Amino acid sequence: MLTLVGKDRPGIVAEISQVLFEAGGNLGEASMSRLGGNFTIMLMLHMETKKESVRKLLEPICEQMELFFHVDNIIADLHQHIDPNFRLSVHGADQAGIVAAVAGTLAKSNFNILNLESDVGGSTEKPVYIMHIEGFLDCSLVELEKSLQLLKMEKEIVMHLVAIDTMVG
Amino acid sequence: MAQLEILVYPDERLRQVSQPVAEVDDEVRSFISDLEETLSSLPGCVGIAAPQVGRLERIIIIDVSSKPHHKNHGHLVLINPIVTFKEGNSVGREGCLSVPDYTGKVSRSKNIEVRAQNELGSHVMYKMVGYEARALQHEIDHLDGKLFIDSLVGKRNDLKKRTDF
Repeated sequence: MLTLVGKDRPGIVAEISQVLFEAGGNLGEASMSRLGGNFTIMLMLHMETKKESVRKLLEPICEQMELFFHVDNIIADLHQHIDPNFRLSVHGADQAGIVAAVAGTLAKSNFNILNLESDVGGSTEKPVYIMHIEGFLDCSLVELEKSLQLLKMEKEIVMHLVAIDTMVG
Repeated sequence: MAQLEILVYPDERLRQVSQPVAEVDDEVRSFISDLEETLSSLPGCVGIAAPQVGRLERIIIIDVSSKPHHKNHGHLVLINPIVTFKEGNSVGREGCLSVPDYTGKVSRSKNIEVRAQNELGSHVMYKMVGYEARALQHEIDHLDGKLFIDSLVGKRNDLKKRTDF
């Protein structure tokens, strides 16, 4: 798993992927996000070399592009996607602890978070925190909603929980 | 009756436009029986289109009756289906027998009116909403050589509460 973080500018993905391709790398699943002006990406990379060689390959280009990078050996585990069956949207005045409170409550129910994305919107004076979580729990919408009730009142946040019913045809 | 093999992307046949059925005869009905058996052997699946098993004719089956919380017309065989009215829009998650191990969000019309022939050759018309309308549009896309992965919408979404995810 290759992780890259740095100042965003156009062309980072193109340059990194070209270097990896020319060195015989094959990319798997990837997730890129711009987080508060920072470029971030996590890439699954398959290469017939040791971790150290990947590092040596990337050092010059990452230095030139002012990117931090990190390489870890992982088990690929492809073709094992779990489909989410719930989607929770949360928003409210930005305050420390929203993620911990929401994720903590979900974890108590054994809810498995599969996707999480959040943004800080609103104005500088009145920032708004907006988060979307998708995940899986083998229970009904009513049961899960019940477990979130208390949190809604305590944190003064708005939460919308919907069931995701994937249509397969 | 026989279970038919499902074609899997990137099989070229999934990309072809299917032809209208000229006559709903016993041979067509026999194929529909096989298609039905194939569909019923796939748990959680609510629709199938003839080109998914390599027959490039405009025949689909949809059956949302296993999900009674979604408004539906039960088991439907639709031959030469034509959408005669559509309105509204909603984003929902879809998967496909022909694209295993992948689901994604697709924008579809919310309300649909469809005209078609049934397995007896009679002309029929249905008004569908939400999940069933989504299933219908997904299957009709197959008849036009399109897959849901051609119409994916972005990962990020707004805060609107949606009913037919």
